[in-house]
Amino acid sequence: MSAIANTIFSPELAARFDKLVTIYPLKRSALVPMLLYAQDEVGYVSDAVVAEIAQRLDLLELDVRNVLSYYSMLRTKPAGKYNVQVCTNISCMLRGGFELLDHCKHTLGIGHKETTEDGLFSLEEVECIGACCWAPAAQVNYDFHDELTPAKMDAVLDTYRAREKK
Amino acid sequence: MPTLVSHPDEVKVLSKRFGLGATNIDRYVELDGYKATQQAIEQGPEWIINTMKASGLRGRGGAGFPTGMKWSFVPKVSEKPKYVLINGDESEPGTCKDHLIFLNDPHAIIEGAMIAGLAIGAKTGFIYLRGEYRYLLNIMEKAVADAYAKGFLGKNIFGHEGVDFDIITQTGAGAYEVGEESALMESLEGKRGVPRIRPPFPAVVGLYGGPTVINNAETIANVPHILLMGGEAYAKLGTERNGGTRLFGISGHVERPGVYELPMGYSLRKAIYDVAGGIRGGKQLKAVVPGGSSCPVLRADEIDVGLDFDQLAKAGTMLGSGGIVVLDETVSIVEFALRTIRFYQHESCGWCIPCREGTDWIKKTLTRFHAGGGNKKDIDNIQYIAENMLGRTFCPLGDAAAMPILGFIKKFRPEFEEYLAGARVANPLIQIQPVGEHELAGAH
Repeated sequence: MSAIANTIFSPELAARFDKLVTIYPLKRSALVPMLLYAQDEVGYVSDAVVAEIAQRLDLLELDVRNVLSYYSMLRTKPAGKYNVQVCTNISCMLRGGFELLDHCKHTLGIGHKETTEDGLFSLEEVECIGACCWAPAAQVNYDFHDELTPAKMDAVLDTYRAREKK
Repeated sequence: MPTLVSHPDEVKVLSKRFGLGATNIDRYVELDGYKATQQAIEQGPEWIINTMKASGLRGRGGAGFPTGMKWSFVPKVSEKPKYVLINGDESEPGTCKDHLIFLNDPHAIIEGAMIAGLAIGAKTGFIYLRGEYRYLLNIMEKAVADAYAKGFLGKNIFGHEGVDFDIITQTGAGAYEVGEESALMESLEGKRGVPRIRPPFPAVVGLYGGPTVINNAETIANVPHILLMGGEAYAKLGTERNGGTRLFGISGHVERPGVYELPMGYSLRKAIYDVAGGIRGGKQLKAVVPGGSSCPVLRADEIDVGLDFDQLAKAGTMLGSGGIVVLDETVSIVEFALRTIRFYQHESCGWCIPCREGTDWIKKTLTRFHAGGGNKKDIDNIQYIAENMLGRTFCPLGDAAAMPILGFIKKFRPEFEEYLAGARVANPLIQIQPVGEHELAGAH
């Protein structure tokens, strides 16, 4: 039984949140991870997510939105099911990060922070993701893909497409 | 999966368990795991701190503050609980060393946190990873759960009555600024990651108002090794006042990019030409950013320098996070500078005006300059703006943005001047935006 009646989250996530608010010296500490986990399930941080998290942490919705707007991984609009994040920061730039980004724009037919019509992919140019020695690198949702080339990127995208067909 | 590399010149202390399956707790124990913690419990705080001081270990996050000294600043008696906070918000462009530690040796981080806790009298440790490192958080969470199951964490650890330690793992959600220690505490308290004014320093008033020790993940992963081998033995591996070894991430235009563990003071030239195999495709070296993107650039003729905090400071740059970014002759410094400032402009949290406005104006000016709309005053103007950011912000992000820009202009001023005179990047990587009247209005 969730601590919140009529929770918008799955029973698993609701149970996880029930626990998460108890482990910190101050329960507000759970805010940033909660927003991210909620986004993982819902697809974005919707108004309903904001409302429930505020309720769970005894915060104003304004407090939640104030924090939400700070972190670059949090979004308030839906993205594609697979969010392709291409790093173009210095180490990736030197080894083809921009070419990779252009390739993705071209093959997916979308630009930065746009989503394909079928809702499968969205694309983002991101700052350093901590894979500098294995550049150029990209993340698809939370999966890292290293030492990429345009051809390898195509293969990566195909694995996600194949996942959908199953 | 990140490729593990190796070179005969490496001295593997911290990385010796990499690739040996040490994420498994039994395997970790076989490889001398959790011995240091038990030793630390028996020997007590004074011994731990003295060993750390003798080791000469300096913070691997970038600032290079002596770790033993940092721990000794925490007051012995405190009304509020004390905390240990491990900074795994690795976000400095060019840096991916902590990535490998979380991936290959998560228990070393747990052990280091426990030992820090024993040293300062804290019973709770937090391990904060950047949000992008979700798969590494999963590895870390599993390691913590395994340690609890073995009785290594929790109450009465290793059967010692009254010796308790808990670890909470936590993730960020995308913010470079949160790697700064005071912003990190704000984020962990569920707020926007903006910096706090100091003093008071975190050792006195930190997380939840309690005395807090904040260490980088690599720093803390060194701790169990230091206790096992002895502070002096560790210190001897490095140079004077720069004890031990360090993970250097060599990236960019080299034949064999990767993370290598080299002794402090190792030659930068050898690191590039021997360890990393030299410049890719037989090209010429143009420049090196020696310690993450915030460090001022070195020209090709300035690489006969030892990789430690003091020698690089003397050379007018920094060892920083140990991320060595190598640029070959094809790179346009104008374009590289633009990409660098774009990052800092994106990541400035906006709290301090010199940083918020400075990064934005330098980015605007360089964007126009790169597009061919530069004017004579721009180079001096960029320099003027950057100089006025230095030392005028709560946290070092302002400096981190200004220093590399000043470095590019100081070391490669002729290239900026040639660009102004009409020279262009043969194949621009960054899309050139058309320059209109509106953009030019910001030119002076």
